[in-house]
Amino acid sequence: MTTTHPTAAHQPAAPGARPRRSTAQTRRVVGWSVANVVVVAYALFPVWWIAALSFKDPSTLTDGDFIPSKWTTQNYRGIFQTSEFTRALINSIGIALIATVIAVILGTMAAYAVARLRFPGKRLLIGMSLLIAMFPPISLVSPLFNIERLLGIFDTWPGLIIPYMTFSLPLAIYTLSAFFREIPWDLEKAAKVDGATPAQAFRLVIAPLAAPGVFTTAILVFIFCWNDFLFAISLTSTTRARTVPAAIAFFTGSSQFQQPTGSIAAAAVVITVPIIVFVLLFQRHIVAGLTSGAVKG
Amino acid sequence: MAEIVLEGITKRYPDGAVAVRDVNLAIADGEFVILVGPSGCGKSTTLNMIAGLEDITEGTLRIGDQVVNDKPPKERDIAMVFQSYALYPHMTVRANMGFALRLAKVDKATSDAKVEEAARILDLTEHLDRKPANLSGGQRQRVAMGRAIVRNPKAFLMDEPLSNLDAKLRVQMRTQISRLQRRLGTTTVYVTHDQVEAMTLGDKVVVMRSGVVQQVGTPQHLYDSPRNLFVAGFIGSPGMNFLNATLEENALRTSVGDLPLDDRTRQLLTRADAPRELIVGIRPEDFEEASLMGGRHGGHTFTVTVDVLESVGSDVYLHFTEEGPARTSELEELAVDSGLADTGVQEHQLVARLSAATRAAEGEQLELWMNTSRLHVFDPATGANLVHPEPTV
Repeated sequence: MTTTHPTAAHQPAAPGARPRRSTAQTRRVVGWSVANVVVVAYALFPVWWIAALSFKDPSTLTDGDFIPSKWTTQNYRGIFQTSEFTRALINSIGIALIATVIAVILGTMAAYAVARLRFPGKRLLIGMSLLIAMFPPISLVSPLFNIERLLGIFDTWPGLIIPYMTFSLPLAIYTLSAFFREIPWDLEKAAKVDGATPAQAFRLVIAPLAAPGVFTTAILVFIFCWNDFLFAISLTSTTRARTVPAAIAFFTGSSQFQQPTGSIAAAAVVITVPIIVFVLLFQRHIVAGLTSGAVKG
Repeated sequence: MAEIVLEGITKRYPDGAVAVRDVNLAIADGEFVILVGPSGCGKSTTLNMIAGLEDITEGTLRIGDQVVNDKPPKERDIAMVFQSYALYPHMTVRANMGFALRLAKVDKATSDAKVEEAARILDLTEHLDRKPANLSGGQRQRVAMGRAIVRNPKAFLMDEPLSNLDAKLRVQMRTQISRLQRRLGTTTVYVTHDQVEAMTLGDKVVVMRSGVVQQVGTPQHLYDSPRNLFVAGFIGSPGMNFLNATLEENALRTSVGDLPLDDRTRQLLTRADAPRELIVGIRPEDFEEASLMGGRHGGHTFTVTVDVLESVGSDVYLHFTEEGPARTSELEELAVDSGLADTGVQEHQLVARLSAATRAAEGEQLELWMNTSRLHVFDPATGANLVHPEPTV
């Protein structure tokens, strides 16, 4: 959601660039600006709150102020001191990256087939992948738990990578096939006539053109894997494969009577920052990726 | 450079639809052949089959002395220019034109020299390092041409290469393509739906309709002796005029009067065992204002009310409406079957091309003369031209 705000905020600014404008226009610009500020503030307020909490000293943690009166990085030092968090961070990065790479590779091939080829069962394939995307994950957690224990992959990296891949593949196929469809068919024909083998046509012509799409898809899939809590908490039992969102739930205070609020806030900030950076850097790609197919660009 | 021979080429899709039916065509080395027809007539499919982009269901395709039915495009050594140009958007003009050479592992120096040479011919030298997105339509079209000529292939295949250009540029490029083809002497198959392009460019024109070749010949031959109603209506602009006619003893009775039959026509009609109901075709230039004809005899003179006059400077096009009894619906249906409806000829609307000296005025009556020795007579049931019989192609 946050990705669309900057674009929305730019639109009213455009008429403002003209030297003279009517009162109606002014009113519209002001109206939209206020609306944007309200929406952005509403969306960002919890983020600010958690960030503020993470910098508060334990003694002032519950004072209810939105700006820390005593700044400290103690919470951050705390979470990095124990292996509980660092291990989870490694798990998170590793699992999300591997799942993303596999999902994007498989998704690229499937999407290319969906967009370009006519084959029996194509509609069935698209239907099935849509079905997977629509299935509520919670209903699959218990069967998955049993299956994974039986197979011996419970509480391992593959135990999380496989379900992540499964649930992000439909997203990958959909986004990528929209991109492939926008690459003119003629380009491939031209490449073939120019003497390219199908593999060369794909590598030298189609892949470079689809790169932004592949990139977008990779980011979307990565965010999905990175943010997942349900599978992470249900399919792990030790720090062996527990990812950060799940690990945070197991944080304990330094004593039995202390709430780990500060540590949780710090950990939440640590895993949110990479996503925000990603999104800010690549927001144009992501918006284009989400809307391509709908709007001919 | 090579000849291309199509023998009984048929394209049938898995759902049973036939796009191209039994096409037989021999394209000589260095010849410029045009496939023309309305959209959906199978001309592009035929071209794609020659290129190897579509499978051939039946028949044999030979390029040079090789049967290439099952060869991929890569091994056919042909170059193609697409309607959309299909330039690789992520490559510069230089890379676009050199792409085929790069795939063929031609060494860099040779490839660069060839690209420079093609760029010089096509006046693209200063644009070599730009991307296609920064070029105008005409420049992109030239890059597409350049991509084809650098390879010095056995044949050029062109799929409506000019239809995305504006009218003036199209005429310019038409001349350029013609000159280029003559200079390189490469066998060329050119697909278009524009009969003017077909007439002006080709050594040989192939008229297609619904996947079937209607007639093959030089542009002039197609114009003078169309084999059937479809070719007659499709070739020429403005198109041929058509009138319903009833065959009488010595004349063809039409809404513009009885058209006298000369001996040759009468004999041909008798030999063809012509039905009584016929369709008569006459080209716009076979009319003239009667008063300008002096005392010339022969032909048929009749009076019309001028609907619209269009002056193009050298000539004046006079539009008038066919009067008299309305066309019977049965005849109209037959005309649809025989392809008249596909040609875009408007029924009951006739066009005459008059000399610019005409005194015709809109809304007024005018005496028109018609050169009846240039009549075409068609069988409405089969569409066949009865006065220009030709062995079946």
